[in-house]
Amino acid sequence: MTDLLAAAHEASRTHPSPVPAGRGTLSRALVADLLGTGADTGAPAADLAGLAAEALAETDDVVHDDDVQLALFCLYELHHAGFAGVDDDREWDPRLIAVRGILEAAFEAALRERVTVPELPEPTSAAVAAALFALTSADGGPSLSRYVARTATAEQLRELLVQRSVYTLGEADPHSWAIPRLRGRAKAALVEIQADEYGGGRPERVHATIFGATLRGVGLRDGYGAYLDDVPAVTLASSNAMSLFGLNRRLRGAIVGHLAAFEMTSSVPSRLYAAGIRRLGFGDDVAWYYDEHVEADAVHEQIAAHDLAGGLVESEPHLLDDVMFGAAACLEVEGWVGAHVLASWKAGRSSLRPGSTAATDAAGAAGAA
Amino acid sequence: MTPTVGHEGGGPGTGAVGPSAAAEPPRIIAYPDGPLLVRGEFEIVGPDGRPVPRSRRTVALCRCGVSSIKPYCDGTHRLVGFRTDPPEPADDAGPGTP
Repeated sequence: MTDLLAAAHEASRTHPSPVPAGRGTLSRALVADLLGTGADTGAPAADLAGLAAEALAETDDVVHDDDVQLALFCLYELHHAGFAGVDDDREWDPRLIAVRGILEAAFEAALRERVTVPELPEPTSAAVAAALFALTSADGGPSLSRYVARTATAEQLRELLVQRSVYTLGEADPHSWAIPRLRGRAKAALVEIQADEYGGGRPERVHATIFGATLRGVGLRDGYGAYLDDVPAVTLASSNAMSLFGLNRRLRGAIVGHLAAFEMTSSVPSRLYAAGIRRLGFGDDVAWYYDEHVEADAVHEQIAAHDLAGGLVESEPHLLDDVMFGAAACLEVEGWVGAHVLASWKAGRSSLRPGSTAATDAAGAAGAA
Repeated sequence: MTPTVGHEGGGPGTGAVGPSAAAEPPRIIAYPDGPLLVRGEFEIVGPDGRPVPRSRRTVALCRCGVSSIKPYCDGTHRLVGFRTDPPEPADDAGPGTP
């Protein structure tokens, strides 16, 4: 465990991540603005709000637009770990908050348009839990976890871990924003789940840290944001949905519903991911993260459905529709990511961005080691 | 006192805490169509009295019989359609029948 503890301390030193490379006019201007490139030259500050409006006017799909999703991701990241070389004060820079507002309004509108919310249950804990279990059991899309269990190559496994790393190296953080916004039964439930996510007081058991060991075990880098430049817009969109729900108090119902659906669709897939990891010859150190989630999320899903989501609806019945929206949005957005990865693999392509060599580089490094 | 045996002096919940915290009894929550969650101060042991490995404070115990990580729940009950309120013939359900 000493190595794990050392890794946990190392993980706390590698925050924050480097600023990613821009992917279009808006995100390039934003990155330059964050790094203060414009200020040094005495040039007038870029009209980021104008560029955001233009980017939204030009795109036909906000969810899959690299420029928009990366810009939004960077703006949200200022509220999380920030970026190396970017002043911490930029978190509350009114110009940046205004741009964030423009982008997230469009993103939320896209989610509300595309996500089908199931028929609302009665606003009781039991009815909400039953509706959430029905919703998450009916999720019958193509299964990435089954593919990994039976078919995926080691390179595809690495690729999936790269995709997951953007969120999982900060696992649980967006949902923690809800803690001070809840009361009573729902708050106690959320804190109990999050305490477990954060290792129950043991830094070497923080889920994000365990995931770092998984990345290292397959030859990948585990630095926070290490693969930000490699993942496509839809992967950023799945993180952005969590930040959107988590950072806006009015959407506390949605972030609660999101967490419930996330926990309720994790145990069984985690068992399949662990099976795939072992089928490919990796050891317990690599599989531990998924083994841990089989057991942990079987606990969390009950608490999340009945006490967190159900408890919140009983204390604030007007949040019922957002709880169900958040849960349905979680399934929808995670489904988009899974479908993208599977479709890429079935077409013989990488699911990472064109030019990314993250998964193959890692394979070479691991083979040479 | 906690209801566990041979557990004094170790673990959270013992030592300098208030009387109500020290006396917190374990509570078992029976979730419909799901596992039994156990919360509070307790110990899980095998028939030989040795502790079953446990890595979290609140655990979910398998109730459907198909978990691959017994005694803990692995979520598989949903795949097999486990129900805690099965329709039973009226003349068949004697006292104590699960």
